[in-house]
Amino acid sequence: MASAAETARKAERDDIRKRWLLSAPALLIIFFAAAGPLGIVIVYSFLEPGSYGDVRWSFSTDAWVSVVLQRDIFDETLSIADAHVAIFWRSVTLSLATTVFAFIFGFPTAYFIATRPERTRALWLFLITIPFWTNLLIRTFAIQEVIRNEGLFNIVLLKLGLISTPIQIIYTDTAIMIGMIYVYLPLMVLPLYASMEKLDFRLVEAGYDLYATRFQVLRRIILPMVKPGIVAGSILVFIPSLGAYVTPRILGGGRNLMLGNLIELQFGQGRNWPLGASLSITLLIIVLAALLIYIRYAGTGARNHG
Amino acid sequence: MHWKLTATAAGVAMLASSGLANAAGELNIYNWGNYTSPELIKKFEEAHDVKVTLTDYDSNDTALAKVRQGGHGFDIVVPSASVIPIWIREDLLLETNPNEMENFKNVADRWKDVPFDPGRKYTVPWQWGTVGLSVNTADYKGDINTSAIFLDPPAELEGKINVIPEMADVMHLAITYLGGEPCTSDRTILRQVRDKLLEAKPKWISMNYGNIEAMTKRDFLATVNWNGASLRMREQDPNIKYGYPKEGYPIWMDNVAVLKDARNVENAKLFMNFIMDPENAAMISDFAKYANGIDGSEEFMPANMSDAPEIVVPEELQAAGTFALTCPEEARNLYTAIWTELQK
Repeated sequence: MASAAETARKAERDDIRKRWLLSAPALLIIFFAAAGPLGIVIVYSFLEPGSYGDVRWSFSTDAWVSVVLQRDIFDETLSIADAHVAIFWRSVTLSLATTVFAFIFGFPTAYFIATRPERTRALWLFLITIPFWTNLLIRTFAIQEVIRNEGLFNIVLLKLGLISTPIQIIYTDTAIMIGMIYVYLPLMVLPLYASMEKLDFRLVEAGYDLYATRFQVLRRIILPMVKPGIVAGSILVFIPSLGAYVTPRILGGGRNLMLGNLIELQFGQGRNWPLGASLSITLLIIVLAALLIYIRYAGTGARNHG
Repeated sequence: MHWKLTATAAGVAMLASSGLANAAGELNIYNWGNYTSPELIKKFEEAHDVKVTLTDYDSNDTALAKVRQGGHGFDIVVPSASVIPIWIREDLLLETNPNEMENFKNVADRWKDVPFDPGRKYTVPWQWGTVGLSVNTADYKGDINTSAIFLDPPAELEGKINVIPEMADVMHLAITYLGGEPCTSDRTILRQVRDKLLEAKPKWISMNYGNIEAMTKRDFLATVNWNGASLRMREQDPNIKYGYPKEGYPIWMDNVAVLKDARNVENAKLFMNFIMDPENAAMISDFAKYANGIDGSEEFMPANMSDAPEIVVPEELQAAGTFALTCPEEARNLYTAIWTELQK
């Protein structure tokens, strides 16, 4: 005769089995659609490159070595892969700068929207999201038309007599940054707005009542309370900037590569898929690190105000 | 793919029953960007009742990489002569024997039997030309018939130069500039080539394809370029002139080939024969502004093309041109290594 404890245990086992069965489809999809391709990338990064792209199935750590080290073509000496380091550095600094500028432009915008009467806010938000409906490529070409040597920006400055020769913006790092700020700005505005909408403006008034200056109100009241929005917006801008491909490809002129372009180069003209794979994983690690920082900050933010 | 097959079958059945053209169906062409005459495609579609889909690529490497992966759905590809032996060796091309086609008699003698495709068993001529330099002569008055324009740039052009990211052509120009033979694997020369390219790169503004608009809009003032593209630039800005580097420059030919895994082989063969007709070949040239290698096409071309300085090589610079063939593997590996270092 089964004891009560055994019956309970059996029920629990059935329960667990049922739960696994029910979640099996989701788990299978996650495995095959997410982990599977990633696994292929990891495996490829440990193989040798084929002559015309593709891979040769023999184990090699060359790709990983060449992420950080380069072998001289002629005297075979090893040195730090300064080209890769330069591209990593450019990607990180440009993405950080993009994030900072997106914040500088996005914060007042979000504040403006959040302080409008409730029924007009939807319209302002709608205006922010309109560019999202346009293809990224078209938006990038639009920026190109504005900043090129015979583009709107230079022509206006020339006509006003402020400059005598066009300012070279297109095909520089500045061009890439302008493009990315424009493209990713909504990703900063929306989370900022979401947290500002919840802001209790009575606290702002209370601050003024207690003789706080405008700057003190901003720094001591508003900024701490919208911190989760700032962190979320920054991450949402920083991560896609880091992997940006189209914007640097068009506005950077193919000479100022970012990580996304470097990876593409390896799968195309470079014909070095293993190196492309190991660079992709390196990018993934950087993004994960950024996300970990996010979770940490967002976590403390939630504790303070939750 | 099943529904697609069914749809095609249904389409073929419908057209067959209505007694329309025998070649009803599709043709998927994979060609260089901004290179295919829309009128030519329209004429072919109407003549053979075929729906043509055109897809662009920007380099021989891109095309080769994509086709090797399979599942591309293309029927026709247009690789340069310098890489065709690779396509044949990699077993990617279908032996269509264009040399037995009706219009093959129109191919100029020079292009009938070629080293990259002996006896023309796989390919027919699309267009041929040279790689040189387009320079905006409003801004630079010096000699433009030299690779020094991009390898030792004059002060007026510094920071205003574009270089097409086509490895074989740029290596050819740089090697001959430093006194080497095309396709050399001489390490002393190649070391100089690498150092020269790395030294020159900071003086370039970009490494891009598709430059016609960028050059006429003055995003840069000089570019390594193909002759036909340069002619199209001059049509928009008469100051843009084409230089043939006296140190050496490549002559190339792009060729139409049918892929081994093509799904519309018959239409692809029809297309091959179609473009060897002088009138149709002239349409190709009229659009992209290169010579086409088909005898008798000149009379269908606009007059300003036959004496264009971009097409007719000046006598004293003819000897500097070399037809670009596939370099030996050792040389190619070294070039790729140099190229990768340059592109990073």
